Amino acid sequence: MGKRDRLSGNEAIAIALRQINPDVFPAFPITPSTEIPQYFASFVANGQVDTEFIPVESEHSSMSAAIGASAAGARSLTATSSCGLAYMWEELYIAASNRLPLALALVNRALSGPININCDHSDSMGARDAGWIQIYAENNQEAYDNMVQAFRISEHKDVRLPIMICQDGFITSHAVENMELLEDEQVKEFVGEYEPENYLLNPDCPMAVGPYSITDYYMEAKRNQAEGMKHVEEVVLKVAREFAEISGREYGLFEAYCMEDAEYAVVMLGSAAGTTKDAIDALRAQGEKAGLLKLRLYRPFPAEAIAEALSGVKAVAVMDRAEGYTNHGGPLGADVMSALYRARSKALAVNYIYGLGGRDVRVEDMEGVFAVLKQIARDGDAGETYRYLGIRE
Amino acid sequence: MATDITKLGVKATWRDLTEGMVIAGAGTSKDFNTGEWSTDKPVFIEEKCKQCLLCTPVCPDSCIPVKDGKRGEFDYEHCKGCGICVKACPFNAITMEGVE
Repeated sequence: MGKRDRLSGNEAIAIALRQINPDVFPAFPITPSTEIPQYFASFVANGQVDTEFIPVESEHSSMSAAIGASAAGARSLTATSSCGLAYMWEELYIAASNRLPLALALVNRALSGPININCDHSDSMGARDAGWIQIYAENNQEAYDNMVQAFRISEHKDVRLPIMICQDGFITSHAVENMELLEDEQVKEFVGEYEPENYLLNPDCPMAVGPYSITDYYMEAKRNQAEGMKHVEEVVLKVAREFAEISGREYGLFEAYCMEDAEYAVVMLGSAAGTTKDAIDALRAQGEKAGLLKLRLYRPFPAEAIAEALSGVKAVAVMDRAEGYTNHGGPLGADVMSALYRARSKALAVNYIYGLGGRDVRVEDMEGVFAVLKQIARDGDAGETYRYLGIRE
Repeated sequence: MATDITKLGVKATWRDLTEGMVIAGAGTSKDFNTGEWSTDKPVFIEEKCKQCLLCTPVCPDSCIPVKDGKRGEFDYEHCKGCGICVKACPFNAITMEGVE
């Protein structure tokens, strides 16, 4: 039986990490993720974990050290936000191409500029093609639960890829919510020991990591890497089933909220899904068939399952908390629309840019989106598909 | 378990590659046939050779073996066909040819 507590998202992640007791945690502070290593450092000082905590001089170094530790055979991770993630850019690709199962607790924050410390997804969206698994959370409970499941997915022998556990800066990272924690022993047993096949500190079999791949090998190496990604969906679902057995909380590739008979649907990532659920509850009370597809797994992108979940809708709004500067919308919009196209969907789709730099998303805003979808379905025309939500005109 | 590097030649498919391109095991470079990368190969003309051994130290891949003070045939398993030895030879005892 779990323990009820009231915690911020950052504290919840730090507690999950204490329960996981990783081998190495290199860290460099950046708002709003700073509290994660800060809380964790107190666990180290109190002797509650055996972790080698390394205060490094930059995010370039924190990810490099996490990579080195992982290659050495240690379970490692770090935490960051925004420009910190941007400063890890090169290392993200190294971790993924070396097939190192390490974790990154990402607290989503807008990338500069203009400089801003509040939530949007421009940081992790920039890293969406880096070869990392990306999982997003709506609330503190989900952030905690995703962190507990992270290493089981990442270290799975069919996957062996780094994993980014994302939550919304300040909105979940700093807001305190009631939640349920697992017992320390439950987490320890669930996560298990990390036992890599090959590792640098194995005296019986020395190894080379990251050898140069000439043109004759590079493409085969990338294709080989893609094979790991192909197994992620299945492993995410398997780990979620086992997690449900110990926690009673069920997870999938996404959460389909009121989708069974939905005619108008919103697709989104992160905390604004909670706001959208409130809008849906209000609309459902009025007899409107509104629904939500809240994605949990964003990389790899479960396109077939998403298209299937949207197969009954007349109109869909894909919500991007990041610009794509394509003149057509954001990255989630592009992914969802291509999934619909490949499934020969007849749904009319629009793409909204919303919540940039911490801009509030209110229940009324989302009710407005559903009203637009209803109008689109009535007109049989999506009109302008690239829209901004709540912008001052 | 050590990687069998002899299976990672340029004809290897993506399925043959190791996960993350890791090479497990030490001293594997001798077993790796880098000679197959070359498009040219040096040819040793023994009757013109005066055994001055100027070619041996300039080879970047140590592909000119010396035994009892005399150089032997090229190690084509590792020669990448750079041609430095051709330039170093004062007696035209090495020429370059294309490989198929």
